[in-house]
Amino acid sequence: MKLTGAQIIMKALQEEGVDTIFGFPGGAVLDIYDALVKTDLRHVLVRHEQGAVHAADGYARASGKVGVCLVTSGPGATNTVTGIASAYMDSVPLVVFTGQVPTALIGNDAFQEVDIVGITRPCTKHNYLVKDVEELERTIREAFFIARSGRPGPVLIDLPKDLVQAKTSNRPIKEVRLRSYHPTYEPNSKQLPKVVKLLKEAKRPLVFTGGGVILSKASEELRRFVAKIHAPVTSTLMGLGGFPASDPLWLGMIGMHGTYRANMSSGECDLLIAIGVRFDDRVTGRTDAFAPNAKIVHIDIDPTSIRKNIPVTVPIVGDCRITLEKLNALLETEDLGNIKEKRRPWLDQIEEWKSTMPLDYEQSDVIKPQFVVEKLYELTRGEAIITTEVGQNQMWAAQYYHFDRPNCFITSGGLGCMGFGFPAAIGAQIACPDKLVIDIAGDGSIQMNIQEMATAVQYNLPVKVAILNNGYLGMVRQWQELFYDRCYAHTEMSCAPDFVKLAEAYGAVGLRATKPEEVEGIIKEALSVQRPVIMDFQVEKEECVYPMVPAGEPITEMLLV
Amino acid sequence: MGKLDEKKSILSILVDNKPGVLSRIVGLFSGRGFNIESLCVAETTDPLVSRITIVTSGESRVLEQIKKQLNKLINVIKVMDFTDLAFVQGEMALVKVRAKSEHRAEILRTVDIFKARVVDASPEYYIVEIIGDDSKIDAFLSLVKPMGIKEIARTGTIALAREKK
Repeated sequence: MKLTGAQIIMKALQEEGVDTIFGFPGGAVLDIYDALVKTDLRHVLVRHEQGAVHAADGYARASGKVGVCLVTSGPGATNTVTGIASAYMDSVPLVVFTGQVPTALIGNDAFQEVDIVGITRPCTKHNYLVKDVEELERTIREAFFIARSGRPGPVLIDLPKDLVQAKTSNRPIKEVRLRSYHPTYEPNSKQLPKVVKLLKEAKRPLVFTGGGVILSKASEELRRFVAKIHAPVTSTLMGLGGFPASDPLWLGMIGMHGTYRANMSSGECDLLIAIGVRFDDRVTGRTDAFAPNAKIVHIDIDPTSIRKNIPVTVPIVGDCRITLEKLNALLETEDLGNIKEKRRPWLDQIEEWKSTMPLDYEQSDVIKPQFVVEKLYELTRGEAIITTEVGQNQMWAAQYYHFDRPNCFITSGGLGCMGFGFPAAIGAQIACPDKLVIDIAGDGSIQMNIQEMATAVQYNLPVKVAILNNGYLGMVRQWQELFYDRCYAHTEMSCAPDFVKLAEAYGAVGLRATKPEEVEGIIKEALSVQRPVIMDFQVEKEECVYPMVPAGEPITEMLLV
Repeated sequence: MGKLDEKKSILSILVDNKPGVLSRIVGLFSGRGFNIESLCVAETTDPLVSRITIVTSGESRVLEQIKKQLNKLINVIKVMDFTDLAFVQGEMALVKVRAKSEHRAEILRTVDIFKARVVDASPEYYIVEIIGDDSKIDAFLSLVKPMGIKEIARTGTIALAREKK
């Protein structure tokens, strides 16, 4: 039987287990949309293509599946670039389909033509321009394979209009095999005993985890590992939820806005076991002063992450879950002695840091943003999926909402992309219709993709947006306060919409709190309605995120107030 | 002057012979601030595979990162670093040198010494083809430079590892 390119795409998507596509139609993809509506695939119409990619990102991270987007050529394609770059930095599996002008017009500066394969080459795991319909199904199958395997990432497929119209006989693809792509999942068995040896010698070990733990579904093995070695645990922003925040060995996040005890532990530890991290500069601060006394074990599936920024004593290329499984099996056969007693001086020291320098703020008669996040945590019992925008809101969410489970904190970590949180929340809500999804936002960030409120209303998604509204681009203002003599150059957003009316204009619910005593009430009200809600919290305008490590300084040298 | 640890490296990269692959490689170098000193690319005996030879330099940490990043590209089949291996290398250059009558004999003598050959001659110019490693070509160029070099086309280095004997 002959199928059109568009029909082949639908068939391949269904065989890959796709049920939801985020997209925005246009001339170059009309045939694909025509085929799409004749299937049972769910399409979510966003209001901007950037929203489609962030939504697919949130969907992927909340569901553990590959997120899929479909957009048209030219501007449709270029509007996806920020979302793709964000997914690339955070290793999120996505397949992005872009329309392209007919093959005969490629290179002729045709209407809505853009070289999207060229544009996205540095920010995709791989990308394709398909020029032969015979290659279409294989390409799609390869794209899904590449997106979800090894270190996951976004893959883009550019589809010329004539290619999706062309017909060919359907020849199913049984297996995807790529000559040159073989991710290493199994760790080198010679490296593992070295880790055990270092663990036996260490007096002050520290486990440092990242997004790789969540991506490889290693949380359970991590918990077992930590229980065996009885070492404290810290994580990157992307790693939050990989280890339960309620565990006594949890130190909180490390890095520029890490907790005092986590950052000090990195300075004092004699063994750092880094799992699924890439030593981002926001984590390490000045690299030569990062964990200066420690031998470093680094487990990561991506060899390029190892020794890129930090010298490593024991490099282990492998999947985090498989590696931890094998390490745990090895540790079963080892006698680590009375490990709890051995760790006591180290954990006592950490406890002292915690008691002398806890995460703290002073609530006055103006709403403190930290108070709002704490209340959200309390009233949702920590069970919500939290997405964030970028900036102060993101850091307060990371510090004051505590995550016990993976895939519950969805944020643009690597790219730091304002406008991410709200569409990501939409994607997460679609992936998890029974869960509560809250986007913790700033008044600046939310305005970058506020138009997606129409998407939330159209699909009856009860996403909640909590705007920590301080009338500034808060994090940039904080830097100006601390490092630019309080010269607030263009960070005051003196004209913002009335977010309550804006919510209502879209057909959502708008709520506002201007005093601390109103916070609990409006959160409760927001949680009680099964509709999209914007909560506008008028918070302290010049509140800062502390601790803070000035860029390029050692992370043990924190500004605390 | 380069940093102490800086060294030159010849990388031989087998890649899928597909459109856009070279630009992925070159984009990786430019996007990450790695340097390319020379680059050669051509199909191998397998028409599905091309060999790219890149001469680059950097500290060992940078070179390690270059190799890892290259290996990470989906279309890269194999990356070989010839730095610590026995290998043969070569480069070809075409040199258009001014050939005044009083210099012609000397040019031809130099061509002879370097086992190069004149591939075109006109009243004013010779075009000389020379093959060898880059230092040989540099030496030849320095000798004919006083006569006046009008144009040069160099291929950049190509290399293959030696088999065990």
